[in-house]
Amino acid sequence: MSDYALTLDRAGEEDRELERATNQVFGFWIYLMSDLVLFAVIFATFAVLCRNYAGGPTGRDLFHLPYVLGETMFLLFSSATCGLAMAAAQSGKKNLVLFALAVTFLLGLGFLSMEAKEFQRMILNGDGPSRSGFLSAFFTLVGTHGAHVCVGLLWMAVTFAQVGLKGLSASVQSRLMRLGMFWHFLDIVWIGVFTTVYLRGVL
Amino acid sequence: MNRSLIESAGVGKVSIRSYALGFILAVILTALSFATVMSGEISRSRALCVIFTAAAVQSLVHIHYFLHLDLSSQSRWNVLALAFTLLVMAIFIAGTIWIMYHLHQRLM
Repeated sequence: MSDYALTLDRAGEEDRELERATNQVFGFWIYLMSDLVLFAVIFATFAVLCRNYAGGPTGRDLFHLPYVLGETMFLLFSSATCGLAMAAAQSGKKNLVLFALAVTFLLGLGFLSMEAKEFQRMILNGDGPSRSGFLSAFFTLVGTHGAHVCVGLLWMAVTFAQVGLKGLSASVQSRLMRLGMFWHFLDIVWIGVFTTVYLRGVL
Repeated sequence: MNRSLIESAGVGKVSIRSYALGFILAVILTALSFATVMSGEISRSRALCVIFTAAAVQSLVHIHYFLHLDLSSQSRWNVLALAFTLLVMAIFIAGTIWIMYHLHQRLM
């Protein structure tokens, strides 16, 4: 009888754990949607200002497409390795999770340093955010995305340490899952950025 | 229990195959967009049409293969939240461009 009650209790606890994780994932999804609205407003601002060059440089003068393709590939590959980390976590392979997270982190860092270098080059050439309306909108949009990637990298470093120290416990897996959602979300926003800002800007 | 948490609580099943397929499609669509602009052989309006269509399709690929969203009952609320967000986004972006374009026309 007591054994039976114990089993029931354990099953109840597992159910609660699962319900908690499901709610957290949905709550995080709602956050991502609100973040999407933030990006929509910045995209709309960019769409309005994208021709206000004020005699300054245009997208064609500033953007080097092979360089942008490189950035895009860094982010796309990092999305794939992030997916690998999720799949590895699902099958309980801790070392593979750590490896995949480390590779994702380095690829994300590669993207961020390329972007920082591009910003630095533009600002040193006098084409900073105060040069024209177009450049203000450009730095706001691309900078906001970059700031998100920066936060994502910080979060990834923390999660890496948690997986290393605590192993793949239920709460760590749940955090890992939300980190994955965030990272894939940033990659989707980047599709909008490279299409509307860089490709359309060069056309 | 622990091992299946990601699968059970996520919005769908996680598998390497799904990520690999999504990744290949994403690379093809990205390459298509960049090639269209970099080749410079297609007219501006056609190129714009191609890159924006490719971007929309690639977003759907990412949402389906990376975020595992589909039309199953498991992810119904996520899809509903996304649909509402897309509506709000369309109103913001189209509305802003519409108003500012007309303002520009009247001030010319």
